[in-house]
Amino acid sequence: MIDFSSFASIRTALHDKKTTVSAIVSHYLQVIEQKNSELNVFLEVYTQEAQNRALEIDKKLSEGTAGRLAGMVISLKDVICHKGHGLQASSKILEGFESQFDATVVTRLLAEDVIIIGRVGCDEFAMGSSNENSAFGAVRNADHPDRVPGGSSGGSAVSVQAGMCLLSLGSDTGGSVRQPAAFCNIIGLKPTYGRISRYGLIAYASSFDTIGIFSKQVEDMALTLEIIAGADDVDSTASQKTVPAYSQSIDAMDKSPRKIAYLARALDDESINPEIRQMMADTIETLKAQGHSVEPVDFQLLDYTLPVYYILSTAEASTNLSRFDGIRYGYRSPDAQDLESLYKKTRTEGFGQEVKRRIMLGTFVLSADYYDAYFTKAQKVRRLIREKMLEVFKNYDFWIMPTTPDTAFKIGELKGETVNMYLADLFTVPASTAGLPAISIPQAKSSEGLAIGLQVVANEFEEEQLLAFTNYLQKLKKGK
Amino acid sequence: MITEEIRNRYEIIVGLEVHAQMLTQSKAYATDSTEYGQMPNTNISVLTLGHPGTLPRFNKKVLEYAILMGLACGSKITRYNIFDRKNYFYPDLPKGYQITQDKTPICWGGKIAIELPDGTAKTINITRIHMEEDAGKSLHLAEETDTLVDLNRAGVPLIEIVSEPEMRSGEEAYAYLTEIRRLVRYLNICDGNMEEGSMRCDANVSVRKKGETTLRTRNEIKNMNSIRNVQRAIEFEALRQIEIYENQGTVKGETRMFDATTGETYAMRTKETLNDYRYFPEPDLQPVVVTDEYIESVRAQMPSLPNELKAKFMQTFGLPEYDAKVLIDDKDTALYFEALCSQTTAFKAASNWIMGPVKSYLNERTLPMQDFPLSTKRMAELIALVESNQISFAKAAQDLFPALLESPEISALDMAKKLDIIQDSNQDNILPIITEVLAQYPDKVAAYKSGKKGLLGMFMGEVMKQTKGKADPKVTSKLLQEQLDA
Repeated sequence: MIDFSSFASIRTALHDKKTTVSAIVSHYLQVIEQKNSELNVFLEVYTQEAQNRALEIDKKLSEGTAGRLAGMVISLKDVICHKGHGLQASSKILEGFESQFDATVVTRLLAEDVIIIGRVGCDEFAMGSSNENSAFGAVRNADHPDRVPGGSSGGSAVSVQAGMCLLSLGSDTGGSVRQPAAFCNIIGLKPTYGRISRYGLIAYASSFDTIGIFSKQVEDMALTLEIIAGADDVDSTASQKTVPAYSQSIDAMDKSPRKIAYLARALDDESINPEIRQMMADTIETLKAQGHSVEPVDFQLLDYTLPVYYILSTAEASTNLSRFDGIRYGYRSPDAQDLESLYKKTRTEGFGQEVKRRIMLGTFVLSADYYDAYFTKAQKVRRLIREKMLEVFKNYDFWIMPTTPDTAFKIGELKGETVNMYLADLFTVPASTAGLPAISIPQAKSSEGLAIGLQVVANEFEEEQLLAFTNYLQKLKKGK
Repeated sequence: MITEEIRNRYEIIVGLEVHAQMLTQSKAYATDSTEYGQMPNTNISVLTLGHPGTLPRFNKKVLEYAILMGLACGSKITRYNIFDRKNYFYPDLPKGYQITQDKTPICWGGKIAIELPDGTAKTINITRIHMEEDAGKSLHLAEETDTLVDLNRAGVPLIEIVSEPEMRSGEEAYAYLTEIRRLVRYLNICDGNMEEGSMRCDANVSVRKKGETTLRTRNEIKNMNSIRNVQRAIEFEALRQIEIYENQGTVKGETRMFDATTGETYAMRTKETLNDYRYFPEPDLQPVVVTDEYIESVRAQMPSLPNELKAKFMQTFGLPEYDAKVLIDDKDTALYFEALCSQTTAFKAASNWIMGPVKSYLNERTLPMQDFPLSTKRMAELIALVESNQISFAKAAQDLFPALLESPEISALDMAKKLDIIQDSNQDNILPIITEVLAQYPDKVAAYKSGKKGLLGMFMGEVMKQTKGKADPKVTSKLLQEQLDA
C-alpha cells in the first residue's frame, strides 16, 4: 500500500515502479466516488481527462521525460481559470461559463505534469468563511460532516483533508486558505501579495487576493510554490523578485535559535476559545524549551483590521464584479425587458446574498458622499497596519498567533450572524491587509476533536524561512 | 428673436474636452490590434471581453504619446501616475469600468496658441491631459430589434485634453480644435479624423452678461463630427441660452446632442439622477513612474512643431507670414517644403510652386500631400530651370510640370528638352528674327514710333510665333525696345 499523504512517498513509489500515475489517479477517483456525495466537494471531476493524462505521464516517466510534478494530483478552487473547463466561482451568475485560457499557475503546473482531477466548490466569489455561500450548497468538513470546513476555499481544504487529491490551489483574500486549513486539520499557505501571479484568478479584492496552497506536507507545498511563484508578464502586480528553491531549504532551520513574537492577547482575550489559547500557551512553552526567544507583541491596530479589510475589500469587489452583467457571458435573466431590467434582474437572480451584501457595501464606501470617510480613511489605516507589522519583523523572525478565534462551527450555526461570521477572519486579516506571507498548520485538537490551527506570519517574501520554520514546528509536534 | 444688440450684452464661455485616439498598434491594456474598420468583434480577446481572471497590462507607447502631447503644449509631466477605475454600467463597457486617470493625469497645465481669421492671437490654457481607454460601440441597426455591440474599439487608447473655459466664441473653439488637430498630426500620435471619430470633442457652453465674474450653468454638447459642427453647435447653443435668460428662464445643466442637419442641439433623454462614477485607484496596475531620463528621451524624438516651422520659414527662408501659415497648415506639405528648401535657394519660388501648381494638382484630384508624385529633387530641378531662365514659368507650369507628373522618373531638364521648350536667350539668335519682324511691318513700326507704345506686345507675339515660343521673353522685350527706340 502506497502512502498517499506525501508527494515524496508517491514519487518513490513511482520511481520504484511500485505504482503508476494511472493507478494513483484511479485511487483518487475512487476516494472521490466514495466521499463526494456526502461532502459535496467537487463541482466537476475530470475523470476521463485525468485518466488520459495519467497514461501520457506514465509514458513520459518510462521515457525519462516527465516533469517534476509527475504523479501529483490536485484540485482547483472554482475561481482559477483552466482552459476549456467550467469556471463559476460557485455562482449562478457564471452558469455554463468555460474559461478560454489557463491561469498562469495552471500553465506552470501542467508544464510540470500535474494532473488536475477536478474543480471544487467554494464560497461564492471567494466571499465567506464557511463555504455555505455557494450556488452548489455547503461543503462539509470531512472529519466532522455536520460542521463547516471553513471558507472560502472550503472545497480545496476538504479535497486534501479527505484524501481526494494530494494538494489543492485555493485563494486567500482575508484568510480563505488559512482558516479552512485550520478547520480541516491541514496546512494552508497564503504567500506574500504578488509572489504568485494572479493572472487567471477571478478577482475578489485585487489588492489583497493571493493564490494559496493546501497540503498535508510542508515539503509538497514548498515544491509547488517554487514552481508557480515568480514574475509574470501578464500580471503587473506580480513581483519580479527571484524565486528561491523552497523545497531545498525546508530543513535549513532546525537548530538555530529564533526570535519569535506572539500576539499578546492570544493568551488572555476571553473572546478566544480557551482551548485555542491553551494551544498558544503550549506552543510558546515548547518553543522556549527549545531555546528560542519568544516574546509577547502588542498589536493595538488589530481591532481596526477587520473594518479596514471589509471597507477596502468590498470596495474593490464592487467594481471587480461589475463585469458580471449578463451581456457577454454567463447567466442572463429570462425576464429582462430592457437594458436596465437586464442588469437588475440578472444580477439580482445571479448573485447570492453575501455577494450582494458586499457589492452594496463596496458601492456605498466608494460613493462620492462617503468616499473620504470610509475608503480614504481605510486606506490610511491599512498603511499604518502594514507599517506596524513590518516593524515587528525588524525585531522578530516570525510572529505566531491563532489562525482562528474558534474551531469549526456547525453548518447553519452562524446563519444570519454576519458580523460573527466576519470575526472568524480576525487573525487572518492582518497578514492579508499588510500583504505578508502566513501559514496555518495543525497544532492541536480540541476536547471535541476539532482541529486547532497555529498561524505563523513572516516578513514579506520570506516564504523560504516561513516554510522551513513551519516544517520545524511540524517535526517538533511529531517528536512529542 | 435675439437682436444683435441683446446678443452683444452677453459673453459666451466655452471649454472643450477633446478625446484623441492614439495611433498605437495595440490597445491600451491588451495586445489586441487597434486597426480601424475591421469586421465587428474581431479585434478582441478574453481581456477586451472582460472575462473573469484577466488583468490589464499597460501599453507604454500610450505614455510616450501622451508625454509628446504634453511637451508640445508645455504641460507639466506627472512623475507618479496612478490609474483609476471609472465605474458605470453600459453594454459597450465590458469590465463595467473604464481605466482612466482621475487624480494624477499625465499632464497638468500647458497652452495652445490660436489665431482667429482677423489675425487676433490668443492663448488657451489647458487644464489637464490624461490617458484612458475607449469603450466599444453600440449599434442600433434599422432592421434589428436588438442592440448590437462591437468591441473592436473597446480598450483603444485615448488621451483626453481638457481646456480651461477660456474660449469666447464658436470661432475660437474652431481655431483651438484646428490647432489641436494639427498638433496631434504633427506629433503623429492621432490621425485627427473627426469624421471617423478618432478625434472627438465635447463642448461645455455657458453664457453670462458681460462684466459678470462668475460662471453660469453650463451645458455639455456632444455628437459633433467635424470642427465646423463644433462651431455651429456652440453658436446655436449660446443663442439658445441667451434666449432662455432673456425670457427669465433657467439653463438646466444638461447633456445635449447636436443635430448636424438642423444645426440645433437637443436634450438627451436621460434620467435626472447624477452619475456617481466611484473613481478609485486601479489595483490591477502598478503606478507608472516617469523619470527625467524618460522625458528627455521622448523630447529627443519630438518632431518639428507647426509654430517652430512657421518661424523657420519666415526667418531662415525669408517667406512672408502668409506663405508660412499656408505651408504649415498641413504637416506633410510643411515637411515637403522644408525638404525642398534643402535643395534650392529660391525659397519664395519654391513656396509659390507649392501654394500654386502643386496645391491645384492635389486639390483637383483630392489627394493628400503624401501622394504627390514628384520628389523634392525633381521639384528642385524644375525650379532651377525657371530660376536660371532656361524656361519660362508659364511653360514650366503649363507643359513641363504636367509632363513630369506623368513621368516622374525623368529629370526636369531631360523632359524640357524632350518637350523642346528650353528657352533661347542668345541675342545673336533673337536679333535677326526681330529685324525680320520689324521689316515685315514698317507701318506698325512707324505707328509705334509716333507714340503707340502698346504695339510692343504685337511685336513680341510675332517674335514668339517665329521662335515657337522659345525666345526668352525678357531678352526679346529688351532687344525689341532697343531696336524700336533706335
